[in-house]
Amino acid sequence: MARKPKLAVFKFSSCGGCQLALLDLEEELLEISDAVRIAYFMEASRAELPAPYDIALVEGAVSTPHEADLIKEIRKKSKFLVAIGACATAGGIQALRNWKDVKEFLEIVYPTPEFIQALDKAAPLSDFVKVDYELRGCPVNRHQVLELLNAYLNNRRPNIPPHSLCIECKIKGNICIMVAEGIPCLGPVTQAGCGAICPSYGRGCYGCFGPMESPNPESLAAYFEKMRIMRDEIGRMFREFTGWSKPFKEVSEKYEE
Amino acid sequence: MKSRTVKIDYLARVEGEGSLYIKVKKGEIIDLRFSIFEAPRFFEAFLRGRSYQEVPDITARICGICPVAYVMSSIYAFESLFEIKVEKGIRDLRKLLYFGDWIQSHALHAFMLHAPDFLGYDDALKMAKDHPEIVRKALRVKRIGNDIMSFIGGREIHPVSACIGGFYKVPTKAKLESIKGMLEEGLKLAEDLTRWASEFEYPDFEQDYEFVSLRHPDEYGIIEGRIVSNKGLNIAVNEYDEYFEEYQVPYSNALQSRIKGRGSYMVGPLARFNLNFDKLLPRSKSLAEEIGFKPPIKNPFKSILARCIEIAYGFEESLRIVNEYVEPSKPRVEVKVRAGTGYGCTEAPRGSLYHRYEVDERGIVLSAKIVPPTSQNQLRMEDDLRALVPKILDLPKKEFTWRCEQAIRNYDPCISCATHFLKVEIERL
Repeated sequence: MARKPKLAVFKFSSCGGCQLALLDLEEELLEISDAVRIAYFMEASRAELPAPYDIALVEGAVSTPHEADLIKEIRKKSKFLVAIGACATAGGIQALRNWKDVKEFLEIVYPTPEFIQALDKAAPLSDFVKVDYELRGCPVNRHQVLELLNAYLNNRRPNIPPHSLCIECKIKGNICIMVAEGIPCLGPVTQAGCGAICPSYGRGCYGCFGPMESPNPESLAAYFEKMRIMRDEIGRMFREFTGWSKPFKEVSEKYEE
Repeated sequence: MKSRTVKIDYLARVEGEGSLYIKVKKGEIIDLRFSIFEAPRFFEAFLRGRSYQEVPDITARICGICPVAYVMSSIYAFESLFEIKVEKGIRDLRKLLYFGDWIQSHALHAFMLHAPDFLGYDDALKMAKDHPEIVRKALRVKRIGNDIMSFIGGREIHPVSACIGGFYKVPTKAKLESIKGMLEEGLKLAEDLTRWASEFEYPDFEQDYEFVSLRHPDEYGIIEGRIVSNKGLNIAVNEYDEYFEEYQVPYSNALQSRIKGRGSYMVGPLARFNLNFDKLLPRSKSLAEEIGFKPPIKNPFKSILARCIEIAYGFEESLRIVNEYVEPSKPRVEVKVRAGTGYGCTEAPRGSLYHRYEVDERGIVLSAKIVPPTSQNQLRMEDDLRALVPKILDLPKKEFTWRCEQAIRNYDPCISCATHFLKVEIERL
């Protein structure tokens, strides 16, 4: 029998939700743990196996000097490095601080800011190291995590569609909430993968899977203007969970007052 | 007399990054630090300038394990400011969503993270080799918790359906009844697992705690009520800042909390159980009585049983909700925004979660304050270790270290929450 690959799971600046998505594979978890050797997964186990790792799943943004060093070290130890979730792929929600002065932020949250170390920006892993694959979402969809592991174990590319969320609404047979009800929705520029949850629940997509392949957010923003949505609100819509991704960042800055 | 230093750089089986450092010289603790080195995330700062409607979605991202707690505390903060009252159906659906979160979070902690400590396994996957049926049952309970969240909220992590005023969409009566079978299954499994956990050997350790939780006249404290303690505290949510204070220690990225003039206190399942035992429903109450688990419980290692009872209670109350459900006349009520300060406190799986927001006349956030349960328990965890360490100095180093880790895991700390925060260092000279 071939040697079982070593899996490592790391957490950077984040909520822990994406590694939880792996633990949320309740029905498959025991089988996964038979197919790989879990070398490092602090949230689940106190046991550790030595590097190198065959596959490393990394959640979270890089936002402190320590994290900047650590991701480079993990890169050296990992053959296949996957950024999982909006924080690791786009900086995530904490990237909202990137438009502000971090020193001022420290003073708002901590009485003695000199105790705290933080980089100026919360950034995706790819700003620091080469990333071999990215899984989107805030959080990632556990079925996509399973697909990724499955593809890896069977030496094929993961089947993760890069098209827009609109396609998922069409497949589900959702009536378009933007057209029918005038609810602003980021679906046309957001990558599919969640299963079009928000529109299915009667609210607009808030872009947590980040920009789709070749999006046109300016055009969507112009459409929002025609819908008489306030400029500052349009800016905030693009600047949320994946606001630091290039296409969303640029359009949100255009709408800054 | 023993001297030793224990250093645990990265505490396992807790959510997030923390460490423990204990230095003992001639049997006396000369240094003890539970530090949280997870990166600071600055939520209170970047919430400024965001609209009130975005706050539940944004604050949910403080924690992937208890997002509903953040959603609910922020919703109640704004609803108190905007003077919104919701009908019973909405309130019940909120509780149902919240129980989904409690159940999956408690099942994850009790069986996947905490139980292996009592049986000497590194993790639940290794425990599964010897106790496959137990682990399968636990995973099934966790899945049902997640399925409740997905059913009401659209997905288990960062659900999308709840908002200020109610929900974006509510289920029909017939649709809600479709989950009854799995709730009944969950309740039975929870009873089995509670009986299993009640057989563990528990370290003999008790402390004179001040337990703090919500208390409501008609129900087990979860989404509304007064903040009470077993030592005479009884305040409204908007009086929180007068009675509690947060302060910073140099070795941690999470602020610590104390009751002004008194010191450390405990929030979470054990606190809630001790303060709300009389509000349990018949099956969960008789389950607690059957295993001899009745207040006052002052042994923190038994917090796992409080989580088990709360899982059973969560299923029992969820069943009541499904049975009594009347579809709300509309999914959400209209919001009339006004400037001012709103206060919210609900019971996250790990304990009371306090939010305070000040907004302008358009509902744009001017300031935010968020006090998660792990920050509140941080000082109490250190106090437990100060009391525990002298009693276990004779243990071999490996067991000593493990027991210290376990004393922290008793609290199910959520470090992502606390930094919006574990790693153990123990030095024995």
